[in-house]
Amino acid sequence: MWDQILEDAPRFFGPWNLLFLGEALVNTLLLSYIGAALGFMIGFGLAIGRHPRLYGILPVRLAATAYVEVFRRIPFLVKLMCVFFAFQLSGTQATLFTVALVTVVLSAAAFAAEIARAGIEAVPAPQWDAAEAMNFSRWRVLTRVVAPQSWRVVLPPLFGYAVGFIKSTSIASQIGVMELTYAAKILNTRGFSALLCFGTILVLYFLICWPTKRIGERLEARLGRRAKA
Amino acid sequence: MAFLSIHGLTVSYGGKADVLRDVSLEVERGEVIGLIGPSGSGKSTILRTLVGLLKPRAGTVTLDGTKVDYGSRGSLRAARDRFAIVFQQYNLFQNMTALRNVAIAPTLVKKRGRATVEEEARALLARVGLAEKVNAYPDELSGGQQQRVAIARALALKPDILLLDEITAALDPELVGEVLDTIRALQKDGMTMLIVSHEMAFIREVASRVAFLDQGSVVETGPPAEMFDRPNSPRLKEFTSRILRH
Repeated sequence: MWDQILEDAPRFFGPWNLLFLGEALVNTLLLSYIGAALGFMIGFGLAIGRHPRLYGILPVRLAATAYVEVFRRIPFLVKLMCVFFAFQLSGTQATLFTVALVTVVLSAAAFAAEIARAGIEAVPAPQWDAAEAMNFSRWRVLTRVVAPQSWRVVLPPLFGYAVGFIKSTSIASQIGVMELTYAAKILNTRGFSALLCFGTILVLYFLICWPTKRIGERLEARLGRRAKA
Repeated sequence: MAFLSIHGLTVSYGGKADVLRDVSLEVERGEVIGLIGPSGSGKSTILRTLVGLLKPRAGTVTLDGTKVDYGSRGSLRAARDRFAIVFQQYNLFQNMTALRNVAIAPTLVKKRGRATVEEEARALLARVGLAEKVNAYPDELSGGQQQRVAIARALALKPDILLLDEITAALDPELVGEVLDTIRALQKDGMTMLIVSHEMAFIREVASRVAFLDQGSVVETGPPAEMFDRPNSPRLKEFTSRILRH
């Protein structure tokens, strides 16, 4: 087996294949990072909109809660299909990449909302009391008092999920999005050994996930340093 | 009308029995009012209601001739601008130094210049004996030090009325003195204060008048000497005899 791999390797890592894998890598990166970034922003918005002491008015709270509870419980593949058919039904012309990106965003938003909610609730009520009694606006209570003390609770699970989303993007290969897993499948069907194809993307996934985890740890150390509530 | 006039104040938590029932109290400028009574009698609830952390169900609060409408954001803001409250658990912002804790509201909320405010904050921290601790975070300070930072933070707001909510209750006994000294100094400066406390000797010393609360109602009010030595109502008699025996 090794002989075959060694024989295949120069051809496998030829310029055309590298370009192909490079494009797939870029797509995986875009799906993961843009998806997570947009999703986390929307998720934080949902958490803020759900909180009764921030901006939580009842209809918004109910809608946000329903969204969060439902989307956290649907498998990624099912969400992907739902988004795919939703685009088809609405008659909107969307690329497969857009479908996958929207799915990652919707998914990330639901998880981030729940993580942020836990972070907000980890800040004791007396901290809110003091800020409110001193006439802090809700936005200032959030940005000056609550958020700085929440990072410590929010960041570790958030980056845990971020790594999870990177891995989930592989499921987008099921609808034919040209990302790493799909690229490996195509190269495999072109006759390259499965070990070489999937071994290569395994390394690439690791090269994305590992620094992501490190960034999370760094942020945690920086933002969480002065927030031992 | 008195500087602060509370009339018929009634407060209940979400549908349950009233925690404050028809409480009325008049406070003149420069007066120090001691609020005493058994646990759960509603003393702290009065202070929390005045700063809008609880919504009154009925009654009126009039401050310096203006009625406070707790349902209106503008009116509540105006009232919070004139009160400052110090909590039992200090409630210092854990993510800020002592100096920032004291300076944040004047700079952020009252929009005053940062340099002036920080200078004042340093002076206030020096006044409560914490000049060396300006850059310490709350978790690096003892309970007594944290409480003194909290008092400095309240004073930085330049309140018309200072509300003290059992500020020594969470402190180790040897740290109580340093906090009470700070309050004594404020009384001499003519600060109007509402003090909820179980330190009866201290109330007797600094309060110009005392209100005794039981089960959410004001049972009796009067000068401290009279209240403690010649209580009228049976409930106050029982309370003082129980407290003073120790």
